[in-house]
Amino acid sequence: MNSYFNAEKISENVYWVGAVDWHVRDFHGYKTQRGTTYNAFLIIDEKITLVDTVKKEFASEMLARISSVIPPEKIDYIISNHAEPDHSGSLPEAIAAIKPEKLFASSFGAKTLKPYYDIDADVVPDGSSISLGKGTVTFVETRMLHWPDSMVSFYDRDGVLFSQDAFGMHLAGSKLWADEYPADILDYEARKYFCNIINVQSGKVLALLESLPKLNLDIKIVAPDHGPLIRKDFDKVLALYHEVATQAPVPRAVVVYATMWHATEMLARAFADGVRAQGMEVKMLDLAVSDRSEVMTEVANAGLIAFGAPTMNNNVFPAMMDTLTYVRGLKPLNKTGFAFGSCGWSGEGAKQISEQINLMKFEQPLPFLQVKYRPSDEEMKRAFDAGYQLAEQLCAKCAK
Amino acid sequence: MEKYICDVCGYVYDPEKGDPDNGIAPGTAFKDIPEDWVCPECGAPKDSFSAE
Repeated sequence: MNSYFNAEKISENVYWVGAVDWHVRDFHGYKTQRGTTYNAFLIIDEKITLVDTVKKEFASEMLARISSVIPPEKIDYIISNHAEPDHSGSLPEAIAAIKPEKLFASSFGAKTLKPYYDIDADVVPDGSSISLGKGTVTFVETRMLHWPDSMVSFYDRDGVLFSQDAFGMHLAGSKLWADEYPADILDYEARKYFCNIINVQSGKVLALLESLPKLNLDIKIVAPDHGPLIRKDFDKVLALYHEVATQAPVPRAVVVYATMWHATEMLARAFADGVRAQGMEVKMLDLAVSDRSEVMTEVANAGLIAFGAPTMNNNVFPAMMDTLTYVRGLKPLNKTGFAFGSCGWSGEGAKQISEQINLMKFEQPLPFLQVKYRPSDEEMKRAFDAGYQLAEQLCAKCAK
Repeated sequence: MEKYICDVCGYVYDPEKGDPDNGIAPGTAFKDIPEDWVCPECGAPKDSFSAE
């Protein structure tokens, strides 16, 4: 069959039939500066099976890629590993075109697909398998990684682990394999993806990393639902996941701030210079030009985080509360925090930040620094000293 | 009777309401729920709950 969108073979019996979303930049509030992909897969066996779908607007492209291998109506089964609309959005269109014998999902997957699309799925229990004829697909639930319904499935014949959102990243490209991309980009995007999507369930990730080898799966390919596929050095990806999920303190600082008339910025710069004088790496992020997902990426990668913002109409500057709410929800661990800010009159800002830092369960060895209008030399020195002192403490903590 | 919160997703088990969809009658104390019961929102096991 002719097609102007083609499937790409990833193993003897499995094809990639997904879509590349080059220009998405706001992914439910996550800044995807490199776009993303929605990976769907076609297994050719006695029972032809489609694993996940793509975002709604790419449905026809996915069906065209399938058509380059077989007519879609030849598909027998669809597996829904994850019901989030970027993977299930094309299900109604796919079901209409395919009329599958069965649609498989986890128990929570069935409960999610029903309200979204009024679709009834066949529930596959955790650890169960289905035969496709020559090969078998085994399902492993990964609840809350990162939705209740999340599961991964393993096709033993080709050794492909369809890992859904696990081990994925937002990275658009025309190459399928991770080893075809620069390592530093993969490292950054994998970390960013983890800390913005999965961080809150780090404990579950560590448990899964522990239990995964016990399943004795002969994994040759890891095929996530976003970004490139992994055929080499999966152990390095596992090591990265272990590192980011452990969240051990790292000797690096980040200064996150908002400013109106540069007074808070002055304090931010003095604090950063204190960290620098101590010898520690530090990064500054102005919320006027840095979005919350970028901030979270740097927060995850640092042991010391200073948050500074002006007071505006008796409250902390709104962009700071947005960021703090977001970061708090992702539950970063083992951090030290510091709050500062400037005000004209009432001066609630730094105190409100300090309260949020406590709610995040960061250590907060120093009291917040609140200044009026413009920091004095003495207040600038206090900000510098805070940076120096907290960097020194973090160094000691990391050396343990 | 004490309410219990799921540490994974934040669902709150209220003994007054129970979880009738999953066979837990209203008025059932958290300790009397069978061990194989899971959080109706996210599927976390019973031991993932803490007293609110």
